[in-house]
Amino acid sequence: MARTLTFKIFRYNPTKDNDEPHIETYELEETPRLNLFTALHRIREKQAPDLMYDFVCRAGICGSCAMMINGRPTLACRTLTSDLSDTIELYPLPFFKLLGDLSVDTGVWFHDMAKRVESWIHTQKEFDPTALEERMDNATANKIYGSERCIECGCCVAACATAQVYPDFLGAAGLNRIGRFLFDPRDQRGEQEWFELVSTDVGVFGCIGMMACDDVCPKDLPLLEVFSYIRRKMNSGVQVAVQDLELS
Amino acid sequence: MKVITTDVLIIGAGLAGERAAIASAQAGLDVTMLSLVPPRRSHSAAAQGGMQASLGNSVKGAGDNPTIHWLDTVKGSDWGADQEVARIFADNAPIAMREMAHFGVPWNRVEGGPRDVYIKGKKTTIVEDFDNEGLITARDFGGTAKWRTCYTADGTGHTVLYAMDNLAVQLDINIHDRMEALSLIHEDGICMGAIVRCLRTGDIMAYMSKSTAIATGGYGRLYGESTNAVINEGTGSWLALQTGQVPLANMEAVQFHPTGIVPTDILVTEGCRGDGGLLLDVDEYRFMPDYEPEKQELASRDVVSRRMKEHILKGKGVQSSYGEHLWLDLRHLGEQHLTTKLREVYDICMYFIGVNPIKELIPVRPTQHYSMGGIRVNKDGHAYGLKGLFALGEVANWDMHGFNRLGGNSLAETVVAGMVVGEKIASYTKSAELNAKVTLAEKFAKEQTDLIHHLMNNDGSENVYAIRDEIAELLKDHVHIFRTGENLEKAVKGLKAILGRIKNVKVRTSAPGMNPELSQALRIEGMAKQAYIIAQGALLRTESRGAHTREDYPARDDKNWLNRTLATWAVGADEPAFNYEPVGQLDLPPGDRGYGGGQMIDMDLTIEQYNAKVDAEQTALGKHPTSEPIGFRIPKELWREESPYKDAK
Repeated sequence: MARTLTFKIFRYNPTKDNDEPHIETYELEETPRLNLFTALHRIREKQAPDLMYDFVCRAGICGSCAMMINGRPTLACRTLTSDLSDTIELYPLPFFKLLGDLSVDTGVWFHDMAKRVESWIHTQKEFDPTALEERMDNATANKIYGSERCIECGCCVAACATAQVYPDFLGAAGLNRIGRFLFDPRDQRGEQEWFELVSTDVGVFGCIGMMACDDVCPKDLPLLEVFSYIRRKMNSGVQVAVQDLELS
Repeated sequence: MKVITTDVLIIGAGLAGERAAIASAQAGLDVTMLSLVPPRRSHSAAAQGGMQASLGNSVKGAGDNPTIHWLDTVKGSDWGADQEVARIFADNAPIAMREMAHFGVPWNRVEGGPRDVYIKGKKTTIVEDFDNEGLITARDFGGTAKWRTCYTADGTGHTVLYAMDNLAVQLDINIHDRMEALSLIHEDGICMGAIVRCLRTGDIMAYMSKSTAIATGGYGRLYGESTNAVINEGTGSWLALQTGQVPLANMEAVQFHPTGIVPTDILVTEGCRGDGGLLLDVDEYRFMPDYEPEKQELASRDVVSRRMKEHILKGKGVQSSYGEHLWLDLRHLGEQHLTTKLREVYDICMYFIGVNPIKELIPVRPTQHYSMGGIRVNKDGHAYGLKGLFALGEVANWDMHGFNRLGGNSLAETVVAGMVVGEKIASYTKSAELNAKVTLAEKFAKEQTDLIHHLMNNDGSENVYAIRDEIAELLKDHVHIFRTGENLEKAVKGLKAILGRIKNVKVRTSAPGMNPELSQALRIEGMAKQAYIIAQGALLRTESRGAHTREDYPARDDKNWLNRTLATWAVGADEPAFNYEPVGQLDLPPGDRGYGGGQMIDMDLTIEQYNAKVDAEQTALGKHPTSEPIGFRIPKELWREESPYKDAK
């Protein structure tokens, strides 16, 4: 027996005069293997032509469609309605700038994060098109990929208690990005540079260890492992700095 | 109206657009990128399997070189490619892979010593050379003589796009995301920028530039059932088409990938079969070796898709409520392999269809995947018909893929074209002047604001989503893997009727800002016209070549059809005009591909006679002069000496 689903969706268009945040309710017949990508399109095309949300790949790869689904941040495209109650509550991710309804501006935040952590390989080496590539062992490549798999969906930041209090907090995504470059032997940043970037209360020491990020990450990134690696690395960074001090 | 000026305007911030932007930024130019979505959400990110480049580091790629890569590419294209462009590509692909390693891509690397792999359904032990340990490794893909596809697990597009965007951030390139270009600003055959709609505010603005490059990806979403991202609706090719001056080429050349999953049409990579995955039928019988004894599951995509469809038509498909499908079997690859090298595939199967590929078969069927056709450009990436307009990546017809592209060649193309065409854009821009004619921009902007006004206020009752679905149905039913004149005529007739209804599309909401229904309505004329060109081009092409299969014309006809379709749509015209040009200078004479069977009708010209007419005929159809003469990059008949298939796998 097919269910009739009730969607309670947060609606607010900041570009519209006098609009107020409110909840609107839509009903939809459930069909087999229905996911929220299809469900939201059906609602938009038949019932609410101005409903705003973001999908791109609809395959759990691009990170566009994160939203609060029954109170939990996750990817809408790969959420099946069969795993949800008859009533489904949809809200935009908190923390990020709201563009309208379920659409938030994760792109600008992540671009800014990439700038703050200088998310690129720091090297003095010039690319030589005639030379063989620099060698790397495959285990290192796999370790980098383990963190590089972040799709910048924003679920970790949306779920983070620290981020709600300190808007400048780099969040799990930012710390994971730092880990990705720390693992990478091509990046020649020294301990001191890392220390200055990471060892602040908007960096790794802002994390109070509740690890909601780890619970909600749709890509199952090894966030615990990455954070403890960064903390240990920063401890050794402190020691290096202290030794430098004693020598001088 | 807000007017923004920049040296180089790049529309589309996926891999091709970003690499070209970087080339211009490094040349000291002011670059602005527009994108429908944040760059890292571009469809490039979804590419899984890898990028072809003849590094030859894996033992199964030993002896590889650009000539062999080029031969595979030309054969894969069913001789529809421009062989010189394929050469430029194959020669530069190894450099591009190494450059991406320098930019930070964590390519998988060679591990010395023995390891077990599956080749043609059999478990085999190969021994990797310790001397190559730590160099970029490769996996097997379809239609190739060597293992050549460089990869990072099955998230290659993601890692390459992230490395590229990191560099764009480092270089502080302007990126204006959530922006949709609606039309090009042009006068006297020169492109001067674009009219753009902000998807945050709904504002119309103008970007004026010395040069403009379109890198917006393909038009797969016209088919509805497609592996493509929802943004791949042919917006970039429509920008070019609506000028009435720039031709779209080979639009009928549409690729169907053998392994879209059922339902949802999400892709699982060709790397599944490259790594040893098998195709099974309703009896769990492995059928591909019966059709393709040599290449088996790893023939080119057009051939495997055709064979799958053929097998289904023989009654060997698996019935399901979503239609008939076949099975992809990865179970023998084991948990370790599936949760590392194919972990994104594993995730997709688990989350979207509830199938555990370690234990269960994956339901698959051929699904629209890639657009070989696109904006016709010369070998420098300069669009025919309009100076200062460039195109690259999937939106362009450069044309290294002809009528079938090999797996792993499109992701590689984005980066190579970004390098090669990126440099040409930079050098063109340096000698161009900024002609920021605001009155001209206002004229083009008014066309768009008038259109928006019309869409919001006309008395029609057509629903844009219904029309979008009707277009998809016509293409799916009549312009799919197997085509006939009778069906194609139905499609053309149906699309013509739809074109007549476009003016009655009415947007139901006047909500300011993003207004998603208005966005769709602004695209629908372009979608309908491109669908028409696909169908009409397929009807006119009375032969079978690559992915274009005419049941009523089964032979590849090199006598009459060794050419490229060019379609233009004059402003105000009821239908497009079709012209044909030579594919480019030939070096490898048309011959048998070595897979796929099929008949051939030989051309009646000699290679010399054919090559002699290329430049003049292409120039007559709008080709701009190239920085080097036509044919300059072809090392004539080098392929004979290198005898590459001698020790092929």
